[in-house]
Amino acid sequence: MENRPLEYDYTVAKMFMLTTVLLGFVGMLIGVILAFELAFPSINTILGSGLAEYTNFSRLRPLHTDAVIFGFTLSGIFATWYYVGQRVLKVSMGESKFLMAIGKLHFVLYLLVVVAVVVSLFAGVTTSKEYAEFEWPIDIAVVVVWVLFGMSIFGLIGIRREKSLYISIWYYIATFLGIAMLYLFNNMEVPTYFVSNGIGAWYHSVSMYAGTNDALVQWWYGHNAVAFGFTVPIVAMIYYFLPKESGQAVYSYKLSLLSFWGLMFVYLWAGGHHLLYSTVPDWMQTMGSIFSVILILPSWGSAINMLLTMKGEWQQVAASPLIKFMVLGSTFYMFSTLEGPIQAIKSVNAIAHFTDWIVGHVHDGVLGWVGFMIMAALYHMAPRVFKREIYSKKLMAAQFWIQTLGVVLYFTSMWIAGITQGMMWRAHDQFGNLAYSFIDTVTVLHPYYTIRGVGGLLYLVGFVMFAYNIYKTMSARPVEETELKNASPMGA
Amino acid sequence: MFHWLEKHPFLFAVGVFVVIAFAGLIEIVPNFAQASRPVVGTAPYSTLELAGRHVYIKNSCNACHSQLIRPFKAETDRYGHYSLSGEYAYDRPFLWGSKRTGPDLMRVGNYRTTDWHEHHMKNPEEVVPKSIMPAYPWMFENKADIDTAYAEQLTVSKVFSVPYNKAVPTKDGSVTVKMGKDLADAKAMALEEAKVIAADMKDPKVKAAVAAGEIPEIVALIAYLNSLK
Repeated sequence: MENRPLEYDYTVAKMFMLTTVLLGFVGMLIGVILAFELAFPSINTILGSGLAEYTNFSRLRPLHTDAVIFGFTLSGIFATWYYVGQRVLKVSMGESKFLMAIGKLHFVLYLLVVVAVVVSLFAGVTTSKEYAEFEWPIDIAVVVVWVLFGMSIFGLIGIRREKSLYISIWYYIATFLGIAMLYLFNNMEVPTYFVSNGIGAWYHSVSMYAGTNDALVQWWYGHNAVAFGFTVPIVAMIYYFLPKESGQAVYSYKLSLLSFWGLMFVYLWAGGHHLLYSTVPDWMQTMGSIFSVILILPSWGSAINMLLTMKGEWQQVAASPLIKFMVLGSTFYMFSTLEGPIQAIKSVNAIAHFTDWIVGHVHDGVLGWVGFMIMAALYHMAPRVFKREIYSKKLMAAQFWIQTLGVVLYFTSMWIAGITQGMMWRAHDQFGNLAYSFIDTVTVLHPYYTIRGVGGLLYLVGFVMFAYNIYKTMSARPVEETELKNASPMGA
Repeated sequence: MFHWLEKHPFLFAVGVFVVIAFAGLIEIVPNFAQASRPVVGTAPYSTLELAGRHVYIKNSCNACHSQLIRPFKAETDRYGHYSLSGEYAYDRPFLWGSKRTGPDLMRVGNYRTTDWHEHHMKNPEEVVPKSIMPAYPWMFENKADIDTAYAEQLTVSKVFSVPYNKAVPTKDGSVTVKMGKDLADAKAMALEEAKVIAADMKDPKVKAAVAAGEIPEIVALIAYLNSLK
């Protein structure tokens, strides 16, 4: 064999990079619209009352969460997998016709599912379970897409040259297995059309679980979809991209081991914290609460491991906007994984649950950690995939500060809104009567909802700058002959 | 120490799966045996109520309204008795929600009327000044999907033995929720129920539609909301 470096094949990675940018924009745009709909309700009918059915909060809310989770984040996960996988396993997609076909099929089917989801959610076809709204025909398609993803993971592992699996690969494997298990069990449903011998809507189904059980399975899924969609694969990214970009080795192998297995074991217990003070048995609520607090350890384990990777090289943070994204991302991860357990403490949860503080928590995690990390990954990949220098580092730095300001406005306003609301709901006057009617607790939030909308808008503006920068990188810069070199995890 | 495991992807994957599946087994399985027993007074949904429940889900009402009263004085003062597990025995899916942008609806049937709901859905600010809820005018035009509701009733009675056409105990006697013998029968029964609701409504178009044998979504939705007690 010729003694020259491997030529990696980024065809599929490029496709998913494109959907990451496109669906990220769509998801965030809908998010901003929703934020302003809550602050200024007349926006619900801005396109006329005829279209209000499709532009109002009801229809857009599930579309927003699904576009961000399954459009933006999942595309980012797939894009980085098709890039990172080849490089740490030392094998090119181009070497296997079969894996290449799987990869392309994976992308095409994924796109079809996205279209089906958009159409069905606009039409109001939903099972109502958060982040699992799809009816059974789409669920089956989702499973097929996921199996293709799994085939590409294990297929590439099967033909690898590097014998030992790099840390990122652990996390991709866990993402695949975790989501597979959660999705299958939560979406167990009986199609009514077949049981009733052809009556009613063919796509309608009824959940296999009832009431409290249904809630238990849903939040076991719901919380851990966050775990295996927003935490595990994003940790996979930071373990590859931060050492690679900074040229530093991962700080501690033992810490990565400990935090990986710790996270795997602890995370699934924590779902119960969504059901505190509900009709779920007390011991389960307590377990959910306790394990949520224990979860700080493995989460901070990986975050500290990443931050310490920068030890002695902190000047890079000031010098490189890309490193800024990753380091602030890790910091937001620490912040979110401390905030979550605090909200899972029963007495805090009594105030926080059902309020905007929870919304704030989700968004400091997703905007600060997931969003920053995926954009950083794409910024790192773009010059190598398109063989062109990044179009503008200045634009990147400006984007960083605009988006950071956006996140800060978002979570601070939602903290204040949530705690205010929670306190007002429970307030009694001196005679023991409720101090406020419900609408009082709604109107008081108006300024915070407006600030949140502005924060979201800033983040969206930053994202447009990101999209423009990536687009210009693809099209405007001269082609580089040699690939950018960094010292890296696992040698090359 | 663990290096050998990282060279065996299959064993590694099995290891991960065992570790993540463990919590689910211990936390979820034990509850399945007991949580689904209905409490006294909990009856399955009628065809019209179920069709209304579908309207509720279709428009993601659960995105802003919870159906879970927590055992705090403030909540029981505001909404009524706290929730019991058995009250949800026939809820597929559960509709507890995760956010209260609007108030809880678990027992809304106790303190809101057909008339109130009608105005609330047409123009929320008319009954709750400064409300940020959007209006739902299309519910007065779209027709409720009785067919699918009936298909669901058949399914849950066959697959999950939900007690239709059987007496279920209440505090003062018992009630029997009847399910149609066939689709035509179910539709006729739903229309009878709809007429009772429409009698309390103001909208002339809705009244005319029901008189003509059609059931607008709003009528089904109100039937469902009235059943929440």
